Amino acid sequence: MELKDKLLSSYVAFENRVDTNSDIHEIRSKAFQNFEELGFPTKKLEAWKYTSLNSILKEDYSIFPNKGVAVELADVKKYFIHDIDTYKVVFIDGKYSPFLSETTHEHIDVCLMSAAFNKGKYKPIIDNYFNKVAKQDNLTSLNTAFATEGAFIHIPKNIEVEKPIQIINFTTGSEAATMLQPRSLVVVEENSHVQIIERHQSLTSNPVLTNAVTEIFAEKRAFVDYYKIQNDDNNASLVDNTYIEQQSNSVVSVHTFSFGGNITRNNLNFYQKGEYIDSILKGITIIEGKQHVDHHTLVHHITPNCESHQDYKGIYDERSTAVFNGKVIVEKEAQKTNAYQQNNNVLVSDKATINAKPQLEIFADDVKCSHGCTIGQLDDDALFYMQQRGIPKKEGKALLMFAFANTVLESVKIPEVKQRITELIADKLKVKIGFDL
Amino acid sequence: MLKIENLQASIDDKSILKGLNLEVKAGEVHAIMGPNGAGKSTLANIIAGKEEYEVTNGTIELNGEDISELAPEERAHNGVFLSFQYPVEIPGVSVTNFIKTAINETRKAKGLEDMPAKDMLKMIREKSELLEIDRKFLSRSLNEGFSGGEKKRNEIFQMAMLEPKLAILDETDSGLDIDALRIVANGVNKLKSKDNAVIVITHYQRLLDYIVPDFVHVLHDGKIVKSGDASLALELEAKGYDWIKKELV
Repeated sequence: MELKDKLLSSYVAFENRVDTNSDIHEIRSKAFQNFEELGFPTKKLEAWKYTSLNSILKEDYSIFPNKGVAVELADVKKYFIHDIDTYKVVFIDGKYSPFLSETTHEHIDVCLMSAAFNKGKYKPIIDNYFNKVAKQDNLTSLNTAFATEGAFIHIPKNIEVEKPIQIINFTTGSEAATMLQPRSLVVVEENSHVQIIERHQSLTSNPVLTNAVTEIFAEKRAFVDYYKIQNDDNNASLVDNTYIEQQSNSVVSVHTFSFGGNITRNNLNFYQKGEYIDSILKGITIIEGKQHVDHHTLVHHITPNCESHQDYKGIYDERSTAVFNGKVIVEKEAQKTNAYQQNNNVLVSDKATINAKPQLEIFADDVKCSHGCTIGQLDDDALFYMQQRGIPKKEGKALLMFAFANTVLESVKIPEVKQRITELIADKLKVKIGFDL
Repeated sequence: MLKIENLQASIDDKSILKGLNLEVKAGEVHAIMGPNGAGKSTLANIIAGKEEYEVTNGTIELNGEDISELAPEERAHNGVFLSFQYPVEIPGVSVTNFIKTAINETRKAKGLEDMPAKDMLKMIREKSELLEIDRKFLSRSLNEGFSGGEKKRNEIFQMAMLEPKLAILDETDSGLDIDALRIVANGVNKLKSKDNAVIVITHYQRLLDYIVPDFVHVLHDGKIVKSGDASLALELEAKGYDWIKKELV
């Protein structure tokens, strides 16, 4: 059976498990109809021209993984940022793992969507925010249709959360193939600060398909610092849909580190709904083999006096393929916008491909918008220079690539995350050097 | 230390070195002079192992070992240092961390542990003082935005850090004002010992006032056509290269 048909036919079973007599389910049903109509995206859609999901939609995914599998902390510790204290919301095959998690309800709520959906005290938040910024496109609708579980983070006014929050989704391979659809909601009220680290990690070589949706709301003067670490198994694919709505004077930054996985598609969308907003989008992609990473970013400047800063660096080896599509829309009302976009790519192998497309739609006349896009190769003269000083070719290449990507790393505010990413890069480039540039 | 016999080399099928012989012993300073296009920089690059050049004949021995098949980094590990005529800019890598990596990779190749950070810092301080290099300079990206003089001083600083057996200075005097020239030459002289050797490649006699050579060779059309002592350089300065070309006819 095709995956779409399987999803459609399993909806009845899904409805038997959830409370269908609720506002949430009304949203779900509508989304379900939407997906039924739209189906999975194909290459005929402009936004999916260079990314085909065909190869991964053929698997016979288990949609509601049921068999519980125990995971030992020792086996998965390396996937956590474990050298600092953090809150943790951890899921194993889509189910909450109290054993690996550390949630809280003290002053702030770091807990589960299932709780937020079902408990009366969270109803105002859910009513106000759930599915309010998410686009109603095919895959987001699919996620919404089945939305039951994920991380729920609510930071009330005037709170600086004292430690980062980690959201981790593990897949164990208890099923031959697993499909996950985590749904998260992050609401940061006025003057509050939070840092979040997110990871999807397969512990198996069985195929995994994750279709994640995260909505983030930053109210006035809120600060959100978000890190996505994507270094998954070669049989794990991810469609990551993130929607961010910002109010006046808020700052939201999202760093995406894409080093692994089979097919990774990042849909990162920012909507500016107030003045003096800063939106920061940064990414490092280092891939090889037949890996594919697609970054589709959108910054929608709707209001005046706001800024956006994008910096994406990519390094592609072997037969890997990548896409960068950076769309910036500046509405007529959004005067004095300052939008900056930088996308630099290095093709290490002549078999690797990057499709880079900066896309600026500017309707205001008093704005500063710049974009720079480069595609190049490693400098042979620089390599010879390094070799002449005793640095072997492989290490020299790694050093050049690290230096190339370092502008993105410099803005990482959690030292332990920076250290971890540095190690992952060394690992990815198969060298044992510290890069303490 | 270095023994080159009948070296012939080409790039893109264009013959550049046409049977070059040169022997450099430990403790010696050799100057190689010659007109533009004679093959001076090619010789330097071939000794360092640049891959674009094809060695078609002849041998390059360093301390009795044929190095002509070794990778550039292996030659560096064996003690070959080339001060580049045009040092490459490497954005994002600081001078300090570049030299740290270079030293530790060289130590790794010799089966040694990384140099302790304390020793490294001490050495960096000493050698940067020798070359009159400001500490702030060391945290800048390698060669990026450096003036000509800063680039050359940085080359000699790296040479001081790496303590090579054979140092080849390829037009180290070009782009230097007189003060920088003196600092660089002074650095080279202080690093000279009976155990290492220096080859100075230059157009002009000027640098040789400061780094006094034991031997001067004239390279012309891919061969060494004349050798002599330091006085040969003065003669070249006075008469130019034409008289040598005439002598050859």
